[in-house]
Amino acid sequence: MPEALSSFRICDFTGQLAGAGATKWLASFGAEVIRIEDPVNEGRWDILRSRAPTVDGNSSVNLSGSFNNHNTRKHGITLNLRTERGKEILAELVKISDVVTENFSKGVLERWGFGYERLKELRPDIIYVSHSGFGHRGPYGDFKSWGPVVQAISGLTFASGLRDQEPAGWGYSFMDHTGAYYMAMAVLLAIIHRQRTGEGQWVDLAGTEAALTLHGPALLDWTVNHRPTRRPGHPDSNRNLWPPMAPHGVYPCDGDDDWVAIACRNQGEWEALAALINEDWCADPAFADVEGRLATQDALDAYIVGWTAERNKFDVQGALHEIRVPAAAVQKPEERIDLDPSTENFGLWCKVVHPEIGAVRVEGHPVHFSKTDWSIESGGPCLGEHTEEALGRLLGLSSEEVDELREEGVI
Amino acid sequence: MTALAGIRVIELAREPIAFVGKLCGDMGADVILVEPPGGDPCRNYPPFLDDTPGEDRSLYWWHYNSSKRSVVIDLDDEDGRERFRALVATADVLIEGEPPGRLAALGLDYGDLIEHRADLVHVSVTPFGRNDPKSDLPATDLTLLAGGGPMWSCGYDDHSLPPVRGPQQGYQTAANFAFLSVLTALAYRGVSGEGQFVDLSQHAALNVTTEGSSIRWLTARSTVQRQTGRHASVTPTTKTSQLCADGRLASTGAGARNQEQFALLHEWLKELDLESQLPEAVFLEMGANWEGHLNMGLIGEDDAVTAIFGAGREAMKLIASTLTAQEFFVQSQRKGFTSAVINSPEEAFEDEHFKARGFHVDVHHEDIDRTITYPGAPYPLPACPWQISRRAPKLGEHDEEVFSELT
Repeated sequence: MPEALSSFRICDFTGQLAGAGATKWLASFGAEVIRIEDPVNEGRWDILRSRAPTVDGNSSVNLSGSFNNHNTRKHGITLNLRTERGKEILAELVKISDVVTENFSKGVLERWGFGYERLKELRPDIIYVSHSGFGHRGPYGDFKSWGPVVQAISGLTFASGLRDQEPAGWGYSFMDHTGAYYMAMAVLLAIIHRQRTGEGQWVDLAGTEAALTLHGPALLDWTVNHRPTRRPGHPDSNRNLWPPMAPHGVYPCDGDDDWVAIACRNQGEWEALAALINEDWCADPAFADVEGRLATQDALDAYIVGWTAERNKFDVQGALHEIRVPAAAVQKPEERIDLDPSTENFGLWCKVVHPEIGAVRVEGHPVHFSKTDWSIESGGPCLGEHTEEALGRLLGLSSEEVDELREEGVI
Repeated sequence: MTALAGIRVIELAREPIAFVGKLCGDMGADVILVEPPGGDPCRNYPPFLDDTPGEDRSLYWWHYNSSKRSVVIDLDDEDGRERFRALVATADVLIEGEPPGRLAALGLDYGDLIEHRADLVHVSVTPFGRNDPKSDLPATDLTLLAGGGPMWSCGYDDHSLPPVRGPQQGYQTAANFAFLSVLTALAYRGVSGEGQFVDLSQHAALNVTTEGSSIRWLTARSTVQRQTGRHASVTPTTKTSQLCADGRLASTGAGARNQEQFALLHEWLKELDLESQLPEAVFLEMGANWEGHLNMGLIGEDDAVTAIFGAGREAMKLIASTLTAQEFFVQSQRKGFTSAVINSPEEAFEDEHFKARGFHVDVHHEDIDRTITYPGAPYPLPACPWQISRRAPKLGEHDEEVFSELT
């Protein structure tokens, strides 16, 4: 099968998920991603390199499950950019790359002498995509962030929560994932622009700004109607305002921390649900139409809890699917990864054989392309795993020259 | 020049995919929204202009349908289908979220359409993928987030409260992958001249957007548990949100990490005259004077290290409680601490940082003679800038100009 992006080479300084997640997508579609790491601190500018979880509980820069997951199919080389020779080699790599990607704090690449102006000297049509929490431009350009900071600053933390509780926020770095998607979009948009005009550019991606675009209608409600989301009774994010639905919520089931989500989009779905539940309260005139149900949603939810609480979550899901009412069990990791035919049959979980970790599963991608589908046939690179091969193939260095570089502490 | 100038995208109107067309249109694609007679129901979603429901007053509609044109085509009618085929013949990309089987039954699936446009990129968005029988079942943003994994990780320390969703992020996450797919397929078409069919599963999109939840299970078969306002974790972690002097919350983050930061934190505490309120302040001094690497990995194992990092967190919380949340955020970041204010979306929108980056974008609605401020670009591409090229269309507003070009 041909590959969608095999004609593109990326000189990649990304780390963690917010950066590495972007180049994972590109690598999976065949882009040649050359991951550059520091031999002195053993690549630890990506803090995930030596982090848990690992398969066997041991820790080293080559054993992290997160690093392995985010860096599948990438080539890994080491380059000591404190040395002049290291900088010369990087310059040669930039000249033969289409894209340079990084998600350092502002200023790191400049300090090494590889700011955008220099990159452009080396390769006039270079595409440079930097991704940081606040972007390089603007009053907060020097501020530091990680996923939870991006989510807090941008309103995503605030928007997720139950009435009269503090924000629940996101129980993970949603904006590391989503920031990575926007970073990959920026790379591809710039590639498409270059295909058509021959022109490169620098994209100063700010995770907080990408995150702010995810609140669209709420922001227009603010700019047009001056209605804030910080108001009594709000947010109450398991309910639905746009469009209004009732019932709409997450209800407890019989089991250990088991829950089911139910959403009635219209009168027909409510009537089907009421017929299924078939208890006296279902006929209460207060619940007869959506206006009534919205006005009495707390009481309605209490009745539904009474019905779900003694049932298994998958039984409720199945019964509601029978009558074509939207419902889903809140799935635990094991349930959606090991026991869910929908992810298994889609081929979502891939097994790679890593030289040190051994056979381990990683995340694939949620799409299939008919002609150029993604493939993930190798895990994240061990530190410096491809240094000799890549420097030989791309820059014509002999193995003797590579040995010398190693002795001089350049790689 | 815009990145997608000259690329024509046909979008078959459906709530979950409206965002995909917006992402294409705001980057310069000519997006033609195909609506059924009577229009897309999303036209009637709140909130409304000046809080008054009515035709073309939905702000929800405005947001998700910027930079698009609208035509009405009845796909249940053979003349409509003929017109649709003629339209596809002029298009580069088709985005649709139809139930599996519907387009095939109409003779309008990928295999039919490439007869009219050989290099078409066709992206299908369904709940579980085209080949999964569950894709015929109804799904919403809420049920997708519940079944797909994100919700398991989000909620409160108190597990008698339900898991919580981030509203719209189920649909939007899948839409992000759909746009990535469009771009990837277009980049390949730019090299090869070939189009293709893309089958996207919303359930799969959410399954790979859960960070530690999936990776912990895949790697170590361990299960994370939700916690209030912080990462779901296999072992409980310390709370990081703090009520500030103005009643808003801040996220104090990890606090000091190294000797220099412990010294800075200690100084800051003294500047604010708060040292006497924190008995643990002595450990800040110990942190500042620590010999060698201060290893966070030893928290819980080494008593001194545990006390030092604990004092760092307590000092941050104490300081935050005496300042406004915004003051705490700005002052602590200026000192090098990774902290945040927990903004509402509108508070973030009004922040000077985003204004300075040009995030407020004015769009003139000539039909009502008003200028509306929209959220701006998710990414600044200076050579081919993002822009809202036109307000959201009225139903069938562009029938004549689009249909008159068709043969």
